[in-house]
Amino acid sequence: MLTRLLRTHLRPYRAQVLLLSVLLIAQTVGNLYLPNLNADIINGGVVTGNLHYIIRTGAWMILLTLAIGLFAVIAVYWASRVSMATGADLRHAVFTRVQSFSARDVNHFGTASLITRNTNDIQQIQIFLQMALTMMVIAPIMSVGGIVMAIHEGAKLSLLLLVSIPVMTTFIGVVMVRVIPLFRSMQAKIDRINQVLREQITGVRVIRAFVRNEAEADRFERANADLTDTALRVNRIFALTMPIMMMILNLSSVAVLWFGGRFVSEGSMPIGNLTAFLTYILQILTSVMMAVMVTILVPRAAASAERIAEVLDTVPSISDPAAPLTPTPTGSVRLSGVSFAYPGSERPVLDEVTVDFEPGVTSAIIGGTGSGKTTLVALIPRLFDVTAGAVEVHGVDVREQSQESLWSSIGLVPQTAYLFSGTIASNLRFARPDATDAELWRALEVAQARDFVATMPGGLDAPIDQGGTNVSGGQRQRLAIARALVKRPRIYLFDDCFSALDAATDSRLREALREQTADATVIIVAQRVSTIMHADRVVVLDDGRVVGVGTHDELVESCESYREIVTSQLGEGALK
Amino acid sequence: MTMGPMRAMHGAAAPPRTSKDVRSTLRRLLRRLRPERWRLLGALVLGVTSVAFMVSGPQILGNATNVLFDGIIAKRLPAGYTMAQTLHYLRSHGHAQTAAMIAGLHLTPGAGVNITRMGVILGVAALVYLGGAGFSYLQGFTMAGVTQRTMSGLRREVEAKMSRLPLRYFDSHPHGDVLSRVTNDIDNLTTTIQQGLSQLLTSFLTIIGVLSMMLWISPLLAVVAIVTIPLAFVITFVIARRSQVQFAAQWRQTGTLNGLVEETHSGHELVQVFGRREATIDEFNDQNHRLYRSSFRAQFLSGIVQPSVQFISNVNYVVIAVVGGYRVATGLLSLGAVTAFIQYSRQFTMPIMQIAGQMNLLQSGLASAERVFEFLDADEESPEVLTSNVAPPHERGGRVTLEHVSFRYEPEHPLIDDFSLDVAPGETVALVGPTGAGKTTVVNLLVRFYEIDGGRILLNGVDYRDLRRDEVRRAFGMVLQDTWVFAGTIRDNIAYGRPEASDDEVIEAARAAHVDNFVRTLPDGYDTLLDDEASNLSSGQKQLLTIARAFLADQSVLILDEATSNVDTRTEVLIQEAMARLREGRTSFVIAHRLSTIRHANVILVMDHGRIVEQGGHDELMANQGLYYTLYNSQFAGATT
Ligand SMILES: Nc1ncnc2c1ncn2[C@@H]1O[C@H](COP(=O)(O)OP(=O)(O)OP(=O)(O)O)[C@@H](O)[C@H]1O
Ligand SMILES: Nc1ncnc2c1ncn2[C@@H]1O[C@H](COP(=O)(O)OP(=O)(O)OP(=O)(O)O)[C@@H](O)[C@H]1O
Ligand SMILES: [Mg+2]
Ligand SMILES: [Mg+2]
Repeated sequence: MLTRLLRTHLRPYRAQVLLLSVLLIAQTVGNLYLPNLNADIINGGVVTGNLHYIIRTGAWMILLTLAIGLFAVIAVYWASRVSMATGADLRHAVFTRVQSFSARDVNHFGTASLITRNTNDIQQIQIFLQMALTMMVIAPIMSVGGIVMAIHEGAKLSLLLLVSIPVMTTFIGVVMVRVIPLFRSMQAKIDRINQVLREQITGVRVIRAFVRNEAEADRFERANADLTDTALRVNRIFALTMPIMMMILNLSSVAVLWFGGRFVSEGSMPIGNLTAFLTYILQILTSVMMAVMVTILVPRAAASAERIAEVLDTVPSISDPAAPLTPTPTGSVRLSGVSFAYPGSERPVLDEVTVDFEPGVTSAIIGGTGSGKTTLVALIPRLFDVTAGAVEVHGVDVREQSQESLWSSIGLVPQTAYLFSGTIASNLRFARPDATDAELWRALEVAQARDFVATMPGGLDAPIDQGGTNVSGGQRQRLAIARALVKRPRIYLFDDCFSALDAATDSRLREALREQTADATVIIVAQRVSTIMHADRVVVLDDGRVVGVGTHDELVESCESYREIVTSQLGEGALK
Repeated sequence: MTMGPMRAMHGAAAPPRTSKDVRSTLRRLLRRLRPERWRLLGALVLGVTSVAFMVSGPQILGNATNVLFDGIIAKRLPAGYTMAQTLHYLRSHGHAQTAAMIAGLHLTPGAGVNITRMGVILGVAALVYLGGAGFSYLQGFTMAGVTQRTMSGLRREVEAKMSRLPLRYFDSHPHGDVLSRVTNDIDNLTTTIQQGLSQLLTSFLTIIGVLSMMLWISPLLAVVAIVTIPLAFVITFVIARRSQVQFAAQWRQTGTLNGLVEETHSGHELVQVFGRREATIDEFNDQNHRLYRSSFRAQFLSGIVQPSVQFISNVNYVVIAVVGGYRVATGLLSLGAVTAFIQYSRQFTMPIMQIAGQMNLLQSGLASAERVFEFLDADEESPEVLTSNVAPPHERGGRVTLEHVSFRYEPEHPLIDDFSLDVAPGETVALVGPTGAGKTTVVNLLVRFYEIDGGRILLNGVDYRDLRRDEVRRAFGMVLQDTWVFAGTIRDNIAYGRPEASDDEVIEAARAAHVDNFVRTLPDGYDTLLDDEASNLSSGQKQLLTIARAFLADQSVLILDEATSNVDTRTEVLIQEAMARLREGRTSFVIAHRLSTIRHANVILVMDHGRIVEQGGHDELMANQGLYYTLYNSQFAGATT
């Protein structure tokens, strides 16, 4: 998974990686050549007592060293660039992909997990790449080079490497196999930490109100202990790697001296070669240590890569058709024979719903808690796909339109008003960044929010906290309404968004709304009869079924459900 | 989600950090290791032992080389002579240099290599290496425990801190940034400490060990080698100062990005339907690019430490080879000694390079640590009495008194001023008024989410300030205006206020709140898992759930803030009955816009602009024809025309 991910995402940096490899190879060859020169100094200078030779060779060595240093710096530059850029690319890819997810896909992963994947997991890959690019190339070359040179110096001695290298690789392999699943669960445990903490932030008021700090602390502590436990296990395994690798290599050099000593004493190997051989062994040791440092990062990076790939490989459950139709935005909405069940649940939430919404007509949807009103509204901008039947907007099935163009004609005010951190203006300009201040004020006026915004410090520039927690519930709803109004869409979907308004504000708002949205299709979900009484048409939903369509007066006559709703609010008298 | 002031504030460069900040962060970090000091000491002892073993390895191998070298030289010399004779012979035949070279050696001319001696020496070396590895493993094992426990403690502390922060903190800080401090920053810190601490330790020890061995072999060569240290130190220091700034930026930026991701995902559908995908991705790219820039710079800067130090040590290596070669040639040192020395100087390079590298990584860790400490240092809620000497006012139907209370969220924006109210036990008070009047604010003050600026609030005659916050809140059962349901089962959610409640009690509460029927239609009933955002319930169902939660909590004062705003009116009527039963003998505060909900209240308070403008029973207020009258009538505006 890691290799696949890197293969695709390193592709744009092929040239750089190539350059990097060349630099690293040059650097490594230089490093390998150094002990050779050193052997020369010993064999040709020290043993024969040729001081001149020693100094000349020494000068060579310094020059070489300078070149190596230079190469190394350039290499680090490119390695940092490539690895961090790849990280940035991955973040971009993950974020963009999630942007095309439907709500269902987001829920499938969970917000907390998506956050971890977008930052922490990619961080792991980045760290790994940085190390890998600077060392992975060096390490194999160094060790291969070291091996070649070692063979060159003493062919027979090199047979020893046939023992130590397989032992080392097997050992590393075993460690990897043990550790990858641990890391997989470790990242999931970070998700959990994220989730618990995120809940503590969003639910802080309830937690405090119910004095549940300690219970929450316990919950966190469980997640924390879980994470610590896994991390501890991983790191204890890792504690083993370095000593064992070092041991294998050190024992190898002991063996080299033992066998090499015999060859030397037999006269089949010059002593200078033996010392050089030892240096090469040390060289191999160094490079293996480097390799181990990188390898330590592999399992976590691999686990993270899986998680990232999981996001990138998820085909959004709702996507644009191959050849999207672009109908003229008339604003008509038609549900024909629509049935819908939430994924993973058998129970249909909507059952054979057929209903029309016309431009210039204000329709209201009323119905019991959980009767499917929000669901119906969500089907219009295609936040979910119907299980059966079809939803047509502007006369064309929503599944045949591109989502962007579909959404551009819809103004949604969701049941729970959510504002983004920023300012009032930045929230209102959410859909139309180019809206003028005058337009914003106009929308605020219609939404009955002008007065309070005007008194806020900074007016349009008054800060809004994440979620909109620094304004009152009703103010938040009105800002959400204004946000949709600024968009000036063809279709308005108001999902029970007058619930936190007092009745007076509510009626003023509806009054103003009527003018503003005269030729648009307006769908209002509401609980209050007073809110919908003046709607041109009321749709009564009961347990996912349309049980009545008509004006207030008609329904009072004909629809039992509706009559009950009216009595519950206005008393028997309202029925005349 | 365009760049608001909040965002901009967080994205902007933090005040420049001085090295004093960094030092104090480091000190704080080290202080956290205090509880582990004995284990650390143990690790240190293990480390010293292991390093001592590892360092003496090459020395022992050097002895073996010497034996070998001696043997070869000896073999070349004619057998049957003594050393003195041999030397004399060499000198008289013009080989003075060779003579000088072998003069220091204890040779038996003509004898050849002493294989047994070599075998013994190498055997010892093998044992020493084995021992070194063993101790090094034990050290690593101990350090893993030390690090993980310390970091776990840090996470726990951050979590504990959350419960002491004022609500304002959460409102005004991007949630994702707070999360990033706990996950990304502590994670980074763990890695740095995990690798850094033990590597720094062993590296230092190795340097000391190697250095003493070198001094022992040849003080002159050792001096040459020592030159590397200050040079490496200067390089490390110069670079670290620069990389510090970049690392700080990198982690700050990670937090900002995390915040952006969190917020975008929280409002996912809005971003989509409002056609904000492109714009959001643009903003993301912008932040992402900043993150890229700072992390690239940080990585590059810390990356050049290694080559620079390596360069110095390579130069050093050459000098040693030259000087050493010269001294062997002049007979001042044995070849074995020089070989060992060269090995040492190689061994010397490694730890210095590692220290230099770790020092820079440490900058990254410190940058993260600073962010964690910054969170831990955030202003907390005003301290409270630790043990109240007043008996917790827990009897049913608490009396709640507000005396000349004043409060404002923002200093320049007055809200509640001179607010007085006395609610007798068992009374039901309704708060009505236009949106933004301050109703929720009153509730916030009652449960002490915020501290009042003036006046006082009393619970059963006891001033809030003489009570702990928890004690105050334990007296209240409430449904907040913003419903919150957590990821868990429906049962756990209902039993949130009273986890020890039996299944029957849970079901009874659910019945009273009229969610029981619905829950029963679910395949898993009360064990149904609600997901992250509880998006698998309708808003009304969520509200009913929180009502059941408040029912079950069964506290002496009940607060219902728009508890049924999203519930259909038929269900609401049914719940009213349950509520009426619940209110019996309890003090309750009810806030509702649907005025039908509050008809039963003993007192109706009409609020506007943070003040009580009218007060009285329903009929009385209707007769007054004031604000209440207007509000009440506007409900039926439709019905009457
Ligand atoms: N956390 C906050 N920070 C700053 N100002 C706030 C905060 N919460 C509320 N406000 C402001 O205080 C005022 C009163 O708000 P409050 O939430 O008490 O109103 P409310 O009467 O409950 O209204 P609603 O009926 O809309 O819920 C409003 O103007 C609001 O903007
Ligand atoms: N994501 C989901 N997965 C599974 N079931 C869901 C999901 N969302 C809603 N439901 C269920 O579908 C039914 C209809 O929900 P919906 O939100 O459409 O109701 P509603 O009419 O809007 O109710 P309310 O008046 O409370 O807002 C409810 O029983 C709810 O539990
Ligand atoms: Mg709904
Ligand atoms: Mg409120």
